[in-house]
Amino acid sequence: MPLSISLVVNGVRKDVVLEDPRVTLLDLLRERVGLTGTKKGCDRGQCGACTVLVDGRRINACLALAVSLDGADVLTIEGLAKGGQLDPVQAAFIAHDGFQCGFCTPGQIMSAVGLIREGEAGDDPERIREGMSGNLCRCGAYVGIIEAVRDARKQLAISANEDRRVA
Amino acid sequence: MPDHMSDTIPFSAAPHVRLGSSSGQPITRRDGVLKVTGAATYAADNHPAGMLHAVIAVSTIARGRVASLDVAAAKAHPGVVEVITPANRPPLALDPDVKHGMFGFRFDALQNDRVRYAKQPIAVVVAQTLEAATEGARLLSPTYEIEPARIGFDGGEHFDPPMVSIGAPPNFDRGDLAAGLSAAAHLIDTHYETPAQYHNAMEPHAIVAEWDSDRLTIDTPNQAIVMMRGAFAEFFDVPAENVHLRSPFLGGGFGSKAIMAGPHILCILAARMLRRPVKLVLPRDQMYGPVGHRGATQQHLRLGLDAEGRLTALEHHALATTSSFDDFIEAAANASHNLYASPAISTRHRAVRVDIGTPGPMRAPGEASGSAALECALDEAAAACGIDPLEMRLRNYADIDPATGRPYSAKALRACYAQGAERFGWAGRPLAPRQMRCDAGHLIGWGMGSALFPAPMFQAEARATLRADGTALVETAGADMGQGAWTVLAQIAADGLGLDIEKIEFRSGSSDLPDGGVAGGSGHTATAGSALHNAGTDAIAKLAEIAANDPASPLFGTGNAGVEARNGRLYHRSDRSRSESYGDILARAGLATIEGNGKGGRDPAAAEARAMFSHGAVFAEVKVDPDLGQVRVTRLVGAFAAGRIINPRLARSQLYGGMIWGLSFALHEEAIHDRRSGRIINADLAGYHIPVHADIPEMEALLIDEDDPYVNGLGIKGVGEIGITGTVGAIANAIWHATGVRVRRFPIRIEDLIG
Ligand code: FES
Ligand code: FES
Repeated sequence: MPLSISLVVNGVRKDVVLEDPRVTLLDLLRERVGLTGTKKGCDRGQCGACTVLVDGRRINACLALAVSLDGADVLTIEGLAKGGQLDPVQAAFIAHDGFQCGFCTPGQIMSAVGLIREGEAGDDPERIREGMSGNLCRCGAYVGIIEAVRDARKQLAISANEDRRVA
Repeated sequence: MPDHMSDTIPFSAAPHVRLGSSSGQPITRRDGVLKVTGAATYAADNHPAGMLHAVIAVSTIARGRVASLDVAAAKAHPGVVEVITPANRPPLALDPDVKHGMFGFRFDALQNDRVRYAKQPIAVVVAQTLEAATEGARLLSPTYEIEPARIGFDGGEHFDPPMVSIGAPPNFDRGDLAAGLSAAAHLIDTHYETPAQYHNAMEPHAIVAEWDSDRLTIDTPNQAIVMMRGAFAEFFDVPAENVHLRSPFLGGGFGSKAIMAGPHILCILAARMLRRPVKLVLPRDQMYGPVGHRGATQQHLRLGLDAEGRLTALEHHALATTSSFDDFIEAAANASHNLYASPAISTRHRAVRVDIGTPGPMRAPGEASGSAALECALDEAAAACGIDPLEMRLRNYADIDPATGRPYSAKALRACYAQGAERFGWAGRPLAPRQMRCDAGHLIGWGMGSALFPAPMFQAEARATLRADGTALVETAGADMGQGAWTVLAQIAADGLGLDIEKIEFRSGSSDLPDGGVAGGSGHTATAGSALHNAGTDAIAKLAEIAANDPASPLFGTGNAGVEARNGRLYHRSDRSRSESYGDILARAGLATIEGNGKGGRDPAAAEARAMFSHGAVFAEVKVDPDLGQVRVTRLVGAFAAGRIINPRLARSQLYGGMIWGLSFALHEEAIHDRRSGRIINADLAGYHIPVHADIPEMEALLIDEDDPYVNGLGIKGVGEIGITGTVGAIANAIWHATGVRVRRFPIRIEDLIG
């Protein structure tokens, strides 16, 4: 029996008719909505390649059934850059060479955005590594990724301070 | 659903940081923006109109026959379009059980009902959706006639392989081993064991196939695009030109995407049978069967040493697992050929047939496993002789290649040792183990290893087209699996053309371009880079000839040798005031473009005269909890000399990646077989451990200057694989230094260190 759900993906409302209740959020994005930036590395919650933000929280899109997300607000890698401007996390990944093949990268970046917003890890490399450990990188781009996360966090903190001063 | 089939992605204006012109500059990746925005298209991102999804059903036994498949149940599932089994599988033009060509492997494509390893394809289910195909495959509920699985070094038949790796001789002897051993003051006789490892690129193998009568388009990550196009064409009996293979980005390859495997063929077959585009993406667990792995090894080394710790003899024997039906043998013992000076070297390979998928080349094939054992054995020798491990390596430094007696094309290994040791702070390391502790009471150990990897070249071709507007199009069917080909090859091309890299439009990753050769063996940058550079200089030579023959040109009368190409202008070599832009030369000649062609490959005379390798030294610090046996690698410093480095930023990333693979080899990776069923019990990313962020220490990769005038015109070697070698031994040796326990089986586990 088809099920209708409605979610907001990258700020755009999507009404989706699911012909099959087994569809995960990941397969909804990749095969039905045409947003293939989010990657599938394992389909089991073991690699983090599919990380997206749902209502601001990091989740593995392969572990979430799409039917359970009616009304959710989903942010994927495609929705991160605003008005042709890279998000500071994206820019920092390029500057610090935080990727090689790029396949884990959308997940790493979304995870980093989530981690920074959670605000728990601060600038402590050990805690950042811990907080990013759900995102595997087989190429071994870890050194650049951690540098990128620290750098982006710093820049975001500076611009947040400036915003506060302006306000 | 929009059609997501993308063509080759041309990069003309991808933003990047530029610190100077081209080679040698650490510019950021030209594909960076595509990769951080999710816009880079990998094979599985394609979704042509009308596409169906295929899912493979795989065997759950390791040996026997498929007795039954419930095809009716699968077909009855809503959305299932077709079930392909050996009973209805359309014929192939070639037999998958016969090897075709140098890189051909035998594979399983439903040619019969036999099962020869767990996770072997036994049927394909094609459906409207991935969900329906997945469920259809489950509903097949196979039954089997089971034969006992042959697993482990003692599980199957041992044999003498006619060759190892790809075409390498299995045995090697130089000098008098027996004499060297009997003259020795110290004898080290030791065994090491390495497990089966799986590539596990983050991107699973994937293919989207679409037929248009007898023309085939395939999107699949591939490390040897043009060669593989020909192989696909042969299996389907169509001319090679009819096959278009697109592989703009690989989500990691590590050797596993250089070979054709059953799943590719099955997807293409399904697409032809159903006259619809078909997508097949291997689930992660199916990456532990039909698409290769690093075979397990047992290695036996005997080192004879004189009283001062100089090798008098080096013997290295390796036993490697392979499948029951093909012969890729991990050439581990060959790691002892080219690194340490010894008057006698003897290496042997044996192999054992077991019921697993055929192994294949995996990042540093042979070298990784062999170097792990050799570097540990040398550390054992240093301890036996009471010599510092670095001093031990210096005493056995090879000034000429021990295997061939040839001089090295270049070898800055002494500088690697010196600068790596300096950076790490090696001086003052206590000789005996268990001498250092941190404030928390954990044991600290320091270890090191030498790194070595061959610097091969293959064959490549390239085209460079200068345009009247001062830009250029450069083309070669190269492969970027993360090493940075999109960037580094464009840098080399820019220098060949005397253009700023911003003016370069680079096309790659598609089989309709000139053959870029293989991205493997750490030889892609050297080979495809040489082809691109030569194509550029060819175009420039033609341009110079036009100018020299044109009385209106300021360069009139100047021969080709008399001009220099820089920043889009030709300059008279001895009179800089005489110059002209490429555009002006072309415009006056009435030409819109001028084309140059180039090839890359090794000069055979140089190959005969010199031994060509990249070198390095890796230093590791570990902390070991003496009560719990938990190991943390806390520091890794590598120093590498690999000829001319085109892009230090990207080269460093490659070296870090290799060193992390070394860490993984030493402490994490292992496929564990259930000996009864023959299945791998940890065939997923939760059970098969690779390092995560939290496992990564402070790391440094030093790039040591090395001018190599013989390796190729550009002086380029490779950096993609060498980082693993040296690192495994360095970490294992550091663990010995921390604990006094010599672990001779990888990965090193907690239980090896306590009790
Ligand atoms: S694909 Fe979701 S965690 Fe791996
Ligand atoms: S960049 Fe290749 S897996 Fe992370």
